[in-house]
Amino acid sequence: MRRVYFDNNATTPLLPEVFAAMEAIYREHFGNASSIHHHGQETRAAVERARESVAVLLGCRPAEVVFTSGGTEADNFALFGLARSGQHVISSSIEHHAVMNACEHLKTRGCEVTFVPVDGNGQVDPQDVRRALRPNTKLISIMMANNETGVLQPVEEIGKLAAEADVYFHTDAVQAVGKVAVDVNKIGCDLLSLSSHKIHGPQGVGALYVRKGTILQPMMYGGRHERSRRAGTENVPGIVGLGRAAELARNGLGNSEMARLAGLRDRLEKTLLAAVDATRVNGRNAPRVPNTSSICFDSIEGEALVIALDLKGLAVSTGAACSSGAIEPSHVLTAMGLSPDQARASLRFSLGKQNTAEDVDFALDLVPQTVARLRELSPVYNRSH
Amino acid sequence: MSGRIYFDHSATTPLDPRVRQAMAPFLDGIFGNPSSQHREGRQAREAIEKARAQVGALIGASPTEIVFTASGTEADNLAILGVVRARGGQGHVITSAIEHPAVLETCRHLEGQGVAVTYLPVDQYGLVNPENVRAAIRPDTCLVSIMAASNLVGTIQPLAEIARITREHGILFHTDAVQALGKIPLDVRKLPVDLISMSAHKLHGPKGIGALYIRRGVELSPVVFGGGQERGLRSATENVAGIVGFGAAAIIAQEELPIEALLLRALRERVLEGVRAALPQAYLFGHPETRLPGHLSLGFAGEESRVGKLLEELDNAGISVSAGSACSAHHAGNPSQALLAMGYNEESARGLLRVTLGRFNTREEVDRFLQVLPGAVDAGNAEDLLQAAGSLQE
Repeated sequence: MRRVYFDNNATTPLLPEVFAAMEAIYREHFGNASSIHHHGQETRAAVERARESVAVLLGCRPAEVVFTSGGTEADNFALFGLARSGQHVISSSIEHHAVMNACEHLKTRGCEVTFVPVDGNGQVDPQDVRRALRPNTKLISIMMANNETGVLQPVEEIGKLAAEADVYFHTDAVQAVGKVAVDVNKIGCDLLSLSSHKIHGPQGVGALYVRKGTILQPMMYGGRHERSRRAGTENVPGIVGLGRAAELARNGLGNSEMARLAGLRDRLEKTLLAAVDATRVNGRNAPRVPNTSSICFDSIEGEALVIALDLKGLAVSTGAACSSGAIEPSHVLTAMGLSPDQARASLRFSLGKQNTAEDVDFALDLVPQTVARLRELSPVYNRSH
Repeated sequence: MSGRIYFDHSATTPLDPRVRQAMAPFLDGIFGNPSSQHREGRQAREAIEKARAQVGALIGASPTEIVFTASGTEADNLAILGVVRARGGQGHVITSAIEHPAVLETCRHLEGQGVAVTYLPVDQYGLVNPENVRAAIRPDTCLVSIMAASNLVGTIQPLAEIARITREHGILFHTDAVQALGKIPLDVRKLPVDLISMSAHKLHGPKGIGALYIRRGVELSPVVFGGGQERGLRSATENVAGIVGFGAAAIIAQEELPIEALLLRALRERVLEGVRAALPQAYLFGHPETRLPGHLSLGFAGEESRVGKLLEELDNAGISVSAGSACSAHHAGNPSQALLAMGYNEESARGLLRVTLGRFNTREEVDRFLQVLPGAVDAGNAEDLLQAAGSLQE
């Protein structure tokens, strides 16, 4: 049976070039990058080349890139690395759980946290961030692009006001990297998280950009890896895979790849909206990353639609994979003003580099009829339409 | 570079081709996020649960007692920080003076937070005396953390005796088994240890993946917060290929451990005999018998200061060995704190040459090493003499 995967915000398939780069390491280069002998030196060189590739993608210096085990660790490291008891942190109500739950944990350590709201399009108003500033504010953590809606946040404006207020600015760019240009100096951030497996690299590796001069308390203690910032033997094949994925992501931004994805996404969205009534795009009036579409199908149980589509070969999701199976409606969509029912009726379509126009056709064949069939069974829908 | 000899298996090990083959489908084909509900997600979920059972089986644990981490270091941190933080960030921890930095540095961090830590001494072989553990216990002691086997000298600790004492006192016992896993039998059904740190890349598995065994009922606070994966103990999208690789490495280790231990011990003895025959000044660090099967730590009396050059000579001759922990390799020249704790003087504590053998090493490689070593030792000496002569002329 044909499978079409439209859940690239959850994870992406490895690109063949990335697999090839990792395969070479797996076969031949196994040294511990901290060892001083030949076996160690060759993997050290591979790690440093990957660091350069990531730095080029972000517009920073290689020494400002710290490899982690993923986006979650990078987010945690940024927040726990800076915020101390008695200090104040500003975040938003639509952050990924890695930031949100780290903030909740900071509260138990004696920090105060303000979660600024978003508007109906899922965007943070920089003025709300400004108003939330206090004399003891240490850090602002606002994501660059939302994982559920793809809505881009005004990070440059927030970066500017963070600099004016002399407050650190962290942005979780896990869903933005590779989809839009990410330049740490344009954003004006001090810390930026990214994850390899969201950009067609391997799982289990990520990175935190740490602006030169920013001192973080480590999260884990041990050997002096990553300039004593992150203990643990380097995951060499993972890091090499991330480096290759970063190079390919940069190429993808340079050529017309993102325009192609935006074209596919827009056609999917417009056609679905025309073909299925009582349907809206969440965050439609805000700038979004080119691959993501969150669509609310009134009176549908999103979980049921995900399962029905999966059976027919289409992989999509109701939102963040981390909370799949959760009974709670999405905190992102409810923060935008959707009712719990509307939030549960929303589906996320997220495209990746491997997707084609035929994949969109496949989804366009499948989704309207599946929605129609589920709605036939919905008393709510039949009462109101 | 083909033909190079790798004798640094305590630092890391080559990936077993069978492990690579087990991982390949999860790098090239199956790629889902294990938390996703669709088929791609469920395939990934099934794979990591299978691997969890495989890693559990290696130590006699049930799958639900295994939490995957990104490394052995993270497992050590989760065990120690997790236990102490779950108890309000207070109390007393007992460890030893020769632990890996992942344990020692974590304990030092806790000391900075007001937690009391006792660093137990060790004897000349690096052994912790279980009676010292008993004597160090205080009413507020919440954790004992003693490594299963030393990364530096290979000495295996008396885990069973220590565990008996911690169990008697109702204190949690953590062991960093990163070096011991897959090399000596460990069975949590017989050994009342509560927490065990593991790392895949030390047993011919992939880098970037480790695990913590957490005995059922033991409560920990997480170190990483987020999506609530690994039963809330370790948030982050799971490293599926890495976990699958760890599982494959665990099965192979379980099946091959008995025979592999014999083969490695025989190779190790061949190295030791050969070295002693060629270099009478050679001596052994660590316990002569109670040590990891493939692990040798050597010193050369009177030539301790030249071990850096010796490593270089051997490296140039195509042989990778080390002066101790890779984590501190770039700080060579400092005396090893662990050797000082074992009672060696500063001179000796600078002069360790670690030869650690692994699954794919052969007798031929050992023999080539034995051919090259005496010359490498002499070359280091000769260079020293030349330099000394040079400085005299100046």
